Amino acid sequence: MYAFDFVKPSSLDEAVAALADEGAQPLSGGQTLLASMKQRLNAPEKLVSLRAIPELQGVRREGDTLVVGAATTHARVTTEAAADYPGLAALAGQIGDPAVRNLGTIGGSLANNDPSACYPAAVLGSGATVATNRRKIAADDFFAGMFTTVLEEGEIITAVHFPIPQRAAYAKFQQPASRFALTAAYVAQFADGVRVAITGASEGGVFRWSEAEAALSADFRPEAVAGLKAPAEGMIGDLHGTPEYRAHLVGVMTRRAVAAAR
Amino acid sequence: MTQVSMTVNGKSVSAEAEGRTLLVQYLREGLGMTGTHIGCDTSQCGACVVLVDGKAVKSCTMLAMDADGAEVTTIEGMANADGSLGTIQQAFQDHHGLQCGFCTPGMVMSAAALLAENPKPTEAEVRHYLEGNLCRCTGYHNIVKAVLAASGQNVDDLGAVAAE
Repeated sequence: MYAFDFVKPSSLDEAVAALADEGAQPLSGGQTLLASMKQRLNAPEKLVSLRAIPELQGVRREGDTLVVGAATTHARVTTEAAADYPGLAALAGQIGDPAVRNLGTIGGSLANNDPSACYPAAVLGSGATVATNRRKIAADDFFAGMFTTVLEEGEIITAVHFPIPQRAAYAKFQQPASRFALTAAYVAQFADGVRVAITGASEGGVFRWSEAEAALSADFRPEAVAGLKAPAEGMIGDLHGTPEYRAHLVGVMTRRAVAAAR
Repeated sequence: MTQVSMTVNGKSVSAEAEGRTLLVQYLREGLGMTGTHIGCDTSQCGACVVLVDGKAVKSCTMLAMDADGAEVTTIEGMANADGSLGTIQQAFQDHHGLQCGFCTPGMVMSAAALLAENPKPTEAEVRHYLEGNLCRCTGYHNIVKAVLAASGQNVDDLGAVAAE
């Protein structure tokens, strides 16, 4: 890693002020950022740790919405969201391994928007709202392609507001070395319809599979999507799987998620 | 360089660190506590697992400054007060849970974190919890057995299964 300055503010206002400096970047759990800095893929001049800011921590229910603070670790979401939103808690419990889940955070995962990360699928699949220090952004507008979001310089995610669905589940085909999703589907059923979000598959990052949403909104059973095929065009091809293989997994994992939804 | 202070194995310690100093470097080079190993340096192998405020973390992927003021437990803190092996360490020795020993500090610390939150885990739970700790010698059977034994469970039958 190249040298950098480190600050650890204790309030959001201090963090925002610290991030105004040239070359400053926020550091949340660091489970991706530190690895990329070791490889010199990223070289911030200053890191602003978000770990000591109380207003970014914790899980709380507000009516039919579950609010997750941006710096809440995957381990905390696994336990603290289990009663109110089991589908989300189960997803958080499948990220990385226990030690990674003790540091990695939801806000960090979303800001990074790895095309194979788990959390983007839950956020898009739930139709959640991403709150920042400046605005509220609908999940449908937040993700802007592989490793890209609409976040601006100096903008920090503060919380994610999840509408709690009637039923939901995440079905992940794990890439065994990285434990990221080779392809995974998040399915959530609401009173007004079903949302299906796919991660790990597309060159464009997480996306909604609208054909499956239409079919499942009419008939919420695995059989309802059995005849649907996602196109291989635009899917990721690498040593772990071809675009055709990932397109096939989109259907398989969607059916598994529907079967597992509770 | 900045002075970074924390509590390691119950003792207040302090050493200089840069922003980029990793927790594992702080422990090994700053404090001379070389029990915590650096294996892959990419947060995959788990040889560097320590407890920070009671939670297992990969110390190669946490900055020392981010652990300023924390309570850290390393493998050096796992022995009994009289210097004899602690329960988990003794179980690893009794059940041949190590061969070369390189992964062992991380295995023991992950096992300690598991048993703190789940005092009587099943075999499957042990295997699942240790998925972020890689061992290239043992094939894991005896590590799992050692963790189950450390939890006070009978592992005689498990040995028979593993040997088949």
